[in-house]
Amino acid sequence: MNGPVLEISGLNVDYGLGDAAVRAVRDIDLTLNRGEILGLAGESGSGKSTLAYAITRLLPPPGVITGGHVRYRPAEGGPADRNGDALKAGTGGAGVDILELGPEQLRAFRWQEISLVFQGAMNSLNPVHSVRSQLTDVLVAHRPEMSRAARNERAAELLSLVGIPADRLGSYPHQLSGGMRQRVMIAMALALEPEIVLLDEPTTALDVVMQRQILRQLVRLREELGFSVVFITHDISLLLEFSDRIAIMYGGRIVEQAAAKDIYRDARHPYSHGLLHSFPALHGPRRELTGIPGSPPDLKGMPTGCAFHPRCPKAIAPCSERVPALAPAGPGNRTVACWLHTEHRSGDS
Amino acid sequence: MKYLLQRLAFYALTAWAAITINFVIPRLMPGDPVQALINRFQGQLSTRAIDSLRTLFGLDDEKSLWQQYLDYWGNLFRGDLGTSFTFFPTGVGEIIGQSLPWTLALMGVTTIVSFVLGTVIGIYTGWRRGSWLDGMLPVTTFISSIPYFWLGLLSISLFAVQWRIFPASGGHDAGVVPGLSWEFISSALYHATLPAITIVISAVAGWILGMRNMMVSVSSEDYVLVAQAKGLSERRVMVAYAARNAILPNISNFALSLGFIVGGTLLVEMVFSYPGIGYVLFQAVGAKDYPLMQGVFLIITLAVLAANLLADLAYMALDPRTRREA
Amino acid sequence: MAQPTDVVLTATEAAPRPARRDRFRFLRNPKTVTGLVILAGFVLMAIAGPWLAPHDPSARGPELLQPPSWEHPFGTTQTGQDIFSQILVGARGVLVVGLTAALIAGVLSVVIGVTAGYLGGVGDDVLSSVSNIFLVIPGLPLIIIIASFLPDTSDLAIAAIIGLTGWAWGARVLRAQTLSLRARDYVQAAKATGESTPRIIVFELLPNLTAVIASGFIGTVIFAVLANITLAFIGVADISDWNWGTVLFWAQSNQALAQGAWWWFVPAGLCIALLGTALALINFGIDEFINPRLRSPGKEDRSVKMRIGFTPVVRRDYPSDTAPAPGGEAGTDTGNDDGNDDGNDDDNDGGGSGSGDSGGDSGAGDQPGTGPAGATDQRKEANR
Repeated sequence: MNGPVLEISGLNVDYGLGDAAVRAVRDIDLTLNRGEILGLAGESGSGKSTLAYAITRLLPPPGVITGGHVRYRPAEGGPADRNGDALKAGTGGAGVDILELGPEQLRAFRWQEISLVFQGAMNSLNPVHSVRSQLTDVLVAHRPEMSRAARNERAAELLSLVGIPADRLGSYPHQLSGGMRQRVMIAMALALEPEIVLLDEPTTALDVVMQRQILRQLVRLREELGFSVVFITHDISLLLEFSDRIAIMYGGRIVEQAAAKDIYRDARHPYSHGLLHSFPALHGPRRELTGIPGSPPDLKGMPTGCAFHPRCPKAIAPCSERVPALAPAGPGNRTVACWLHTEHRSGDS
Repeated sequence: MKYLLQRLAFYALTAWAAITINFVIPRLMPGDPVQALINRFQGQLSTRAIDSLRTLFGLDDEKSLWQQYLDYWGNLFRGDLGTSFTFFPTGVGEIIGQSLPWTLALMGVTTIVSFVLGTVIGIYTGWRRGSWLDGMLPVTTFISSIPYFWLGLLSISLFAVQWRIFPASGGHDAGVVPGLSWEFISSALYHATLPAITIVISAVAGWILGMRNMMVSVSSEDYVLVAQAKGLSERRVMVAYAARNAILPNISNFALSLGFIVGGTLLVEMVFSYPGIGYVLFQAVGAKDYPLMQGVFLIITLAVLAANLLADLAYMALDPRTRREA
Repeated sequence: MAQPTDVVLTATEAAPRPARRDRFRFLRNPKTVTGLVILAGFVLMAIAGPWLAPHDPSARGPELLQPPSWEHPFGTTQTGQDIFSQILVGARGVLVVGLTAALIAGVLSVVIGVTAGYLGGVGDDVLSSVSNIFLVIPGLPLIIIIASFLPDTSDLAIAAIIGLTGWAWGARVLRAQTLSLRARDYVQAAKATGESTPRIIVFELLPNLTAVIASGFIGTVIFAVLANITLAFIGVADISDWNWGTVLFWAQSNQALAQGAWWWFVPAGLCIALLGTALALINFGIDEFINPRLRSPGKEDRSVKMRIGFTPVVRRDYPSDTAPAPGGEAGTDTGNDDGNDDGNDDDNDGGGSGSGDSGGDSGAGDQPGTGPAGATDQRKEANR
């Protein structure tokens, strides 16, 4: 049950085409295992949201995916088998490459296999339709055989799953509080019991109490329903608390990837270290907050070598010349892209 | 409900303002306009017409301004809009009563047709942004800049003079008696076709441009992206998510542009000598028939207010946020 | 009349305080440039028209109702007047009335709109009710009524009437914009530091309202030109002054249509439509400047469909990054001095290359590590 459910390899994303293009995500290799919560951390502009939207092909113009593969491997007898011929057409023995799907296949694939909870609950719900209509239209699209009564019943069930009374089905988004709207979004994301749920800063707009309440609920639901989660946030303390594994992004690349507890105990990359010391931990011993001097790099003028070197307190000679490859660094299947932790070799990831 | 009451109060206020403007304008005229008119008509005006004019211009010396204002309202409530002197002794109310149905039919149908047509085309061009449809935009802009009446002139010269497909003027054949006969209705429709097409072509371009821009704006809203993420059908995303939201501001614009559209439509009537209110206004202006002009202005304003109210009701039906109960 | 404020506000949010170098960005928009060029042509015509005109527009000639010829490029009227000269001479009246009216309306809309938006409360209620009333009352009939009551219908009087009745739309948009600006941090900060209200309005608010004011001004010019021509056409305005509406008036009253004299009314109408198109194009440029969502993706490759919800996959070869970067220094330059590098950045922006707000939106410098090979070698896959 612990095999990979999503394998991203060599993913590149540009904004714009041709000479004017800016590369926002570079050579990403990342694996999401079945049932785990994978955290994706980084400052704004690090490419973490771009990555999430690219995986689902939802990146708005002028975003363009310029290379790589995003392979989805459905569980044996899992939801993918339920999902009609449209998907099967693209399914080899090795799963589906999302980047190869045509529009109709993509439509059938979406939400059924990967659903999303977006940043900004305020604008994610259509203001002119009721909660019921927005919950059931997914069912209309993906489960055409369901009767209207069954759809309504399912919608009520979904709401109660996230702790909202079923009588709010008739409500419109403007009648709900921010926390409720985000719960509705979560309920919606679970409507088809997908294999993967992508959370993009799902709680940023909410207050701290509400944040944790909603995340706990999600963790509980994951245990019940067994989906995998990619959780994107700039708030690394939330990730430490809720995720199994964390990947840290900087300048469009993954710079470190390890189990949450390993990152917490012993972050290898100086950037991860800095990020970790920019947030107060809610649990555990007190640490000194140091933060990271300087500001994130500009996508159109990325520094040479390791993108972090101008801000790095420990930069050494090769850092400004060559980009370090993501390489194994110690036990627990952890990887890091840093010249401090690798042999001085010209990496070819 | 609260929203509706607010709107109703606003329309009442606007109606009052329009009526009062109508009362004030003639009284701001310098000199003695009545004498000027009497000279102009060289004694052909009857005493009754002259009296009516003196009242209109507020030259009744015996009455205070306030008293005149009250009388003015009193007359309005009795439906007495004064006497036209070009169509003497017909009352202004009667003339308007005869021409209003023509205008309402022509303007109502063409306005709704062009709004619906423009909105639908706008939805498609906005959604399929970057497709060949965008190449049509400069043409659309050009068409929307053409004055209605000039397009009317052009279509008359092409389709009524060059090729005699449609009649050049009038509302029905002179030989047909107005009534609920097939003969009359078909003749009226035949006469209305060219003016109607003119109005629709002029007006539709503006709606296309407006709706297209709204669609483009709304398409980058988060909820449209969510709808795509949900794997809904293209049609559902375009109609229920993008267009359904984009149409709201378009309805507001519809209401606000009505005044402008009405102006353009009146001119088309003039060009086609169509027996509606616009043509009456044209004749009144030419003859300096002030009571008639004022009556026409008042009716047009009230009709626009009524249309605005309808647009408001449509908006309320479409936007749940205005339905909020207090 | 239901809440168009919504529209305005969404557009507003997309307009942060424009950086200085962005101010004139819309001048590089091809639509704006086309519009400005056509407008410049008409302005030239308005200034020099009377001298350029080959004939006295009112002088009767021996050639009656002649179609276009070398002698009379737009033909002649029933009394042998040269229509080409009438159009040339008429441009001045059209533009003078249009601009004067828009100036009057513009000043009124700024005063009323900004005051209403900034004051809030009862003052706002009163002022916005007044502007809503003026919006709902049909403008053209009102102008016709007022103009036909006036004994003096010179160009200036007409411009004044149009200006005094046509300010409401601009005022409404400005009010909404001001409302949203008022809540911004920097205005609040100015207030907190005790700056006087007029000072805040003039130095903090107005600079950020420029685009909206300009767009309103141009919109009013379009309206004023149409209204003026209409007044001339129905004979309310002084028909002894030449403008394109007067040409149409004479054409109409002399049965040009029935006589098949298309040249009598076609040039004037085309000029009106062309002038209107030019102004509308300028306004599109301003709209796209205010609301970046409307910007077209620019010099995009037509073979790649940019579509919301379906990110295209265009496979592309990058040179290996992990090797030492060739020509890396050029790249670092672009990144470091943002302030001085305006010229370069702007050139790239000209095509409006970026419309997203996700970091790639302001064009691009050279990417470090992307050699010329990387930029040119693009394989496109027909992915859809």
